Amino acid sequence: MSATQGETPRLEVRGLSKRYGPVLANDDISLAVAPAELHCLLGENGAGKSTLSACIYGLAVSDMGEILVDGQRLDLRSPADAIAAGIGMVHQHFVLVPRFTVLENIVVGTGSGLRLDLAAARGRITDLCARLHLDIDLDRRVDSLSVGEMQWVEIVKSLYLGARLLILDEPTAVLTPQESERLFALIAELKGSGIAIILITHKMNEVMRSDRVSVLRKGRLVATLTTADTTRDALTELMVGRSVATIEARHIAASQGASLSVRGLTLSAPRGSLIQAIDLDVAPGEILGIAGVAGNGQDELLETIAGIRAPRAGTITLRGEPMSSLGAAEVAGRGVGHVPSDRFRDGLARDFTIAENLILGQQWLRRWRKGPLLDRAAMAANGQDAIARYAIATTGPEQPSGRLSGGNAQKVIIAREFAKAQHLLLLNQPTRGVDVGAIEFIHAEVLAKRDQGCAVILVSEELDDLFALSDRIIVMFRNEVMGEVRRGAFDKTAIGRLMAGARAA
Amino acid sequence: MLADLFQTTVIVSLLAATVRIATPLLLAAIGELVAERSGVYNMGLEGTMLMGALTAYLAADASGSLWVGVFAALTTGALMSLLFAFLVITLQVEQIVTGLAMNLLGSGLSVYWLRAAFKGQSQIPATPIFDNVPIPFLSELPVIGPVLFDQKALTYLALLSVPAVWWFLYRTRPGLDLRCAGENPRALDIKGLSIAARQYGAVVFGGAMAALGGAFLTVASASRFAPEMTNGRGWLAIVIVIAGMWRPVPILVATLVFSFLDALQLQIQGIGIAIPYQLMLALPYVVAILALAVRRRHAGAPAMLGVSYRRE
Repeated sequence: MSATQGETPRLEVRGLSKRYGPVLANDDISLAVAPAELHCLLGENGAGKSTLSACIYGLAVSDMGEILVDGQRLDLRSPADAIAAGIGMVHQHFVLVPRFTVLENIVVGTGSGLRLDLAAARGRITDLCARLHLDIDLDRRVDSLSVGEMQWVEIVKSLYLGARLLILDEPTAVLTPQESERLFALIAELKGSGIAIILITHKMNEVMRSDRVSVLRKGRLVATLTTADTTRDALTELMVGRSVATIEARHIAASQGASLSVRGLTLSAPRGSLIQAIDLDVAPGEILGIAGVAGNGQDELLETIAGIRAPRAGTITLRGEPMSSLGAAEVAGRGVGHVPSDRFRDGLARDFTIAENLILGQQWLRRWRKGPLLDRAAMAANGQDAIARYAIATTGPEQPSGRLSGGNAQKVIIAREFAKAQHLLLLNQPTRGVDVGAIEFIHAEVLAKRDQGCAVILVSEELDDLFALSDRIIVMFRNEVMGEVRRGAFDKTAIGRLMAGARAA
Repeated sequence: MLADLFQTTVIVSLLAATVRIATPLLLAAIGELVAERSGVYNMGLEGTMLMGALTAYLAADASGSLWVGVFAALTTGALMSLLFAFLVITLQVEQIVTGLAMNLLGSGLSVYWLRAAFKGQSQIPATPIFDNVPIPFLSELPVIGPVLFDQKALTYLALLSVPAVWWFLYRTRPGLDLRCAGENPRALDIKGLSIAARQYGAVVFGGAMAALGGAFLTVASASRFAPEMTNGRGWLAIVIVIAGMWRPVPILVATLVFSFLDALQLQIQGIGIAIPYQLMLALPYVVAILALAVRRRHAGAPAMLGVSYRRE
């Protein structure tokens, strides 16, 4: 369903450029999307996808170029202009008010005057949902919805405003495989009613379901291709700019006996439990993958093992020694490294330099001290080593970490935590938001650590990553372990069902 | 003597005093409710009330009209909170610190202005005060009549502001948008709507209400301005918003509870029961601390209260 000659495209972008300081985020981009077309924007982090969508939605004003909808040139100064032109956007992080009902979330910020006519809005929204075969209770509070349902609310929100072009920014990042399928069914319904869709993603299996795909690299549009005429490998090469070797994890038989052993681990919160009676074992030289939609207790499990949270019940044993009552510093002292999921919140201090972040948590150790003071020379040397070894793109060890890109910030954390991890490595979403080159690198480092006999726990929402690296995968749902799958029996459908809460038979 | 407390006339005057004492607190708390629901913490209520009390007194004294005094207080409250709004919304200065600065400003400026206005005079003149406005028929009802329907105009206004603000917040379109600004301002931003415009409106309304509460202290009760005469009422109003879980009706209830305690201690002092009066004076504040301790999880607080919005 590519744009045929003579048909007016729903959206046309001509020569769009946008500069942020020294960075040319979008460089002379031109593309067209036909009505009822599913058009993918593919690119690594920092390739300019977000900037382009922000310009189309009026959140950023382009420096040069034109944007046309149905042949009409738009003067986009704010999202209100884009909405008026029939452009809608579903943001990667949902923009909902948890305490409002579904109805209030859809209606807020629409209409004019003093009157709040919820009855009329309810009628229109019910019709919309019926046409799309969506079953949402409009009177439920949004905080009681599942993530998949929240996304429906976001989509209906845009359609309620009259969207004829819908931008979906990484919409499946937080969905289970089944919820993603449901989303693609919904996309098909939308296409059926003539709505054009721009899908921003980096997942190849989703790209392959589009009509056409535009590949961005370093702010430039590299190519727009009809999806049916291309292949995954060709697209990956266009996106990265070179061919990418797929990592073949060398699976050595894990040695017998558990290095880490967790029994009945329970963490309580004021309302209910954060993790519930978790049992798991990891052998030296084994990678245990943990699958699950974010927020099902994975963060809490790793933080409890790392000593950041104190469990209410259960035991944690590392190499035969109990450590459930130890604090984070003592656990780290036993040779445990922990890469947290939110790198800028929990992994680094933004205002500290790279050299400082590399010794964070170990500043009391003799090797970083000169009498009562920090040994700045030793820290700088350590920083230089890490920058060279992990290929961190920076001006030097004295650069503040807050200015690093996501991938480079992650490398700083990895340099620190991998050095600590003699016996156990806890990895929480280590490759999220990291570009393909850095992912390859991180994977190789994880495997190297495994080969040294370190036990590894890897939490990820990307099943492809888990499949590539793990020896075993357990699935978490609502703070419990739903089941375990061994290498050789990995299967997306089965794991997807566990992620959605079905128990293993 | 304790038995005196249980006579009908005493109870009626106690309850009528409760409603009267509640007026400035309720005005300030309902105004603060609107500001906080839009996401802005205005800790400068105490200073704003002081300035309202002073300007109402000065304008009433100069013009001879109490309503001119009320209007002057409203204007002063609006201007002070406009300055506050500019600092915390436009310049995004930290809200708590700015609120504290507004209190210092109100406290210092009101004393300075008073001295400048009556330079060299040993005593400042008294203005008349508003009379009670009994509502025909309703004020004749036993107990409830004198308690609720024989009060001053500003008291009726304060009581009516509760259903009015409830209706605005929960039953109007701008009210929904305003609550959204406090819960998730980005939801407005991505529809191209101004968060600042809504917050400015809410903060200015809150400031005007606080100043009106201050004006009640001079032109409806004391007839003179005295330094620091608000005596912590601005702070108590902030506590009331928390104790009332950011909802209009519970805020009314909380206001009446605190005011009753205040009225009670006045009554007890008046009767001459031998309890140190300082202890009685402290009673509402002790209860306020207890109320905060019980509500230690800020249930009902707008999710983005006190956080300046910045587009990523």
